[in-house]
Amino acid sequence: MTGPTRDADDAVGAVEAVEVIGAAGAAEAGAAEAGATEVVRAEPAEGAQAGSGPGAGAVAGDAPGEKPVVEVVEHRLHPVTPLRRAWAPVAVLIGWAVHDPDGAQRQLTRLDTTTLLIGLAVLIPAAALYGFLTWWFTHFAVTDSELRIRTGLLFRRTAHIRLERIQAIDVNRPLLARIAGVAKLKLDVVGTDKKDELAYLGEAHAGALRAELLARAAGFAPETAHEVGEAPARQLLKVPAGVLVMSLVLTGATWGTLVAAVVVPAVLWFTTESVWTVLATGLPLLGAAGASSVGRFVAEYDWTVGESPDGLRIDHGLLDRSHETVPPGRVQTVRVVEPLLWRRRGWVRVELDVAGSSNSLLIPVAPREVAESVIARVLPGVSVPDATALVRPPRRARWCVPLWWRGYGLAVSDTVFAARNGLLLRRLDLVPHAKVQSVRLSQGPWKRYKGLADVHVDTGANKTVTARLRDAAEAAELLRAQAERSRTGRREARPDRWMA
Amino acid sequence: MHTVCRTYAGGMETGTLEDGAERAEGEPVWTGLPPGLLRMRRLLLVVWLGPITVGTALLPAWLAGPVWAAFALLPLGLLLWGWPMLGRNWRSWRYAERADDLLISRGVLWREETVVPYGRMQLVEVTSGPVERHFGLASVQLHTAAAATDACIPGLDPAEAERLRDRLTQLGEARSAGL
Repeated sequence: MTGPTRDADDAVGAVEAVEVIGAAGAAEAGAAEAGATEVVRAEPAEGAQAGSGPGAGAVAGDAPGEKPVVEVVEHRLHPVTPLRRAWAPVAVLIGWAVHDPDGAQRQLTRLDTTTLLIGLAVLIPAAALYGFLTWWFTHFAVTDSELRIRTGLLFRRTAHIRLERIQAIDVNRPLLARIAGVAKLKLDVVGTDKKDELAYLGEAHAGALRAELLARAAGFAPETAHEVGEAPARQLLKVPAGVLVMSLVLTGATWGTLVAAVVVPAVLWFTTESVWTVLATGLPLLGAAGASSVGRFVAEYDWTVGESPDGLRIDHGLLDRSHETVPPGRVQTVRVVEPLLWRRRGWVRVELDVAGSSNSLLIPVAPREVAESVIARVLPGVSVPDATALVRPPRRARWCVPLWWRGYGLAVSDTVFAARNGLLLRRLDLVPHAKVQSVRLSQGPWKRYKGLADVHVDTGANKTVTARLRDAAEAAELLRAQAERSRTGRREARPDRWMA
Repeated sequence: MHTVCRTYAGGMETGTLEDGAERAEGEPVWTGLPPGLLRMRRLLLVVWLGPITVGTALLPAWLAGPVWAAFALLPLGLLLWGWPMLGRNWRSWRYAERADDLLISRGVLWREETVVPYGRMQLVEVTSGPVERHFGLASVQLHTAAAATDACIPGLDPAEAERLRDRLTQLGEARSAGL
């Protein structure tokens, strides 16, 4: 009787990704002795762990009762992958040198050519061997229902990622990878982590694999899945570089960090006259300023939003290119952000939340009407309520939140729950009724005295949208009605396999 | 935290509540918590604050003079204030099983009401700590895909907790919906 027993083993099909970890025996280590691409006959078996012996490299995880023999093709990553690990020993050396500069200098002066050569002769093959082994023991395979990634030399780890639960697929090409002609493929499923990305694949291979995974996730038959190819995309929006620059110039955070990066070191110089203090504070501040201006420009350059039968496509980046695909019906919330200085130009930023995904930007900057038309494509049937449709809290709310209460607003339509907050930086959160996980009403003593209450709507992307300071009776009615709307909204929601 | 033994599941009473859920079209049928939870909380209050009161009364009186025994008024006040407060808090807890969702309402000063649709439940947990088990109590905790969903019903009778868990999982399966 130790630890809480999770008692819902039969509750809901909640498993999105499974990982199996086990220490590899000597026999298992020999399992991967075939060529770079192995064809493995995997028979349905009880356990999920790979059998040992040559050839039995794949894991038989499919439910018994399907075809008795399933052909699973296992692949390795691109041969350039080991180089990715090559910087690790260099980083360790640099870290040591920074940590202990005097010691490093003493050691450097003592170095002569022979020791240097011997050191290099040991270090480089060791790093190469490590890189090679991690590459050699990493395999992935696409089956009817899942993507399997096997890694690990001593500690085996097998991740089974269910395709119909895919929330988003990203293909990233960092600058160096672009030069080498490779790309990184990442699947976002609730619960996956950094280890579950496929880095690196050949560029063409990554594109084809993405198309195949999406086709299988959409519900195409496995035989035809890899012939379906990339779904045709239609461009919805492209952010011109000039507008992007202008939007960054009109962002308060950019100027705030820049001013801080200039003023703080200057003040420190006049008070302490110590170069080290100035450098120690100035450099991080400059870094932050660079990240919020140049960094954002580089990341958001050439921002393109497209639409395809496989869902939303977002391509962006100047040096590091990334291509995100969000299948239909995966968006949990959409947020329209309106900074103060953008308001005269009618520009907005649009953010979105997808469960299990770290990407959150849909449009860095766009005119309001364009943004609304894109949102209408992302959340079908949803129109963004305008300022007049949003109902403010009753006037007595000013006793709870002075001044800022004027920024709060709520609009509920047939399809969406929309709540606005913020006075200077206005944020409007949109939650489709079908995405609501639970509804809560909360009321503290002061709000109770004033007859007000908050209504919280929780979504699957761990995001809570709050309609603040509503009239208590209205809030109670809202709680009841929202539960009802979410129930009916879910019935009409699209299936996980959007083409089936 | 310890699990409730399966043996509790023996005598499951479902009749009255099932009927309640059937006619719960308009006003939901609320169920309160059993008195065991209140007893347990009050006992814990006395077990903690009683000795502290005695200690703060005797020790300063013995060391510095009888006037200093007034220190004991603070824990005593807390004890006397906490006793009815626990009662009010206990009375405020209630839940209702409707056709499609579970309602939990709680709190006196900080009121909170939660609606969790059955189809959204990812996990139902029944837990019972050593003290809770001594008093024959168990808690039911509901999890959805949103971590903010804070739906827990404490201090249930283990049989009722098991019944609720089984019913919730059963309804969750019937009305299951993805993210």
